[in-house]
Amino acid sequence: MTKSELIAKLAGRFPQLVVKDAELSVKAILDAMADKLATGERIEIRGFGSFSLNYRPPRLGRNPKTGAKVQVPEKYVPHFKAGKELRERVDFED
Amino acid sequence: MTLTKADLADMLFEQVGLNKREAKDMVEAFFEEVRSALEEGDSVKLSGFGNFELRQKSERPGRNPKTGEEIPITARRVVTFHASQKLKLKVEEHYGGTAA
Repeated sequence: MTKSELIAKLAGRFPQLVVKDAELSVKAILDAMADKLATGERIEIRGFGSFSLNYRPPRLGRNPKTGAKVQVPEKYVPHFKAGKELRERVDFED
Repeated sequence: MTLTKADLADMLFEQVGLNKREAKDMVEAFFEEVRSALEEGDSVKLSGFGNFELRQKSERPGRNPKTGEEIPITARRVVTFHASQKLKLKVEEHYGGTAA
């Protein structure tokens, strides 16, 4: 499912809204989540999951083309942990 | 402060102009559509944000950390998230290579 398919599905759920409202909503939700993560804060969506940042310490890397050693600075990377409902629904039925 | 569904609904009310009821329902529907797609085995690609994908894990040996007893971790299907290059850069730029 792509972003435009998600927008179409949401527009179908809200017949009283115009498609533009669904489109603006999806963009606003994703932007708000990205902005929050960029400030280093957490996102917790009950039943879906949580997003946070993981620390990556500085390390000595190599340029794969030249083999030259390069210092890779420390950084933070986004991390998602699925919540209980999502975990249970995507797992096999048994 | 942690971002929650209530914060997202307030934001849709203020920025998109949905009424309070619609804003709350829209946030709930957004995450429900993503859950449904994943449940159906479909990956979800939200350009500029990231992709949610499914991975099949085979059974592997595990241990009860309390008792030390060996118990197999059964085969399962799990969700993984890969942030887009745009989101990764946004996070890195904010920190500018310094620890927070």
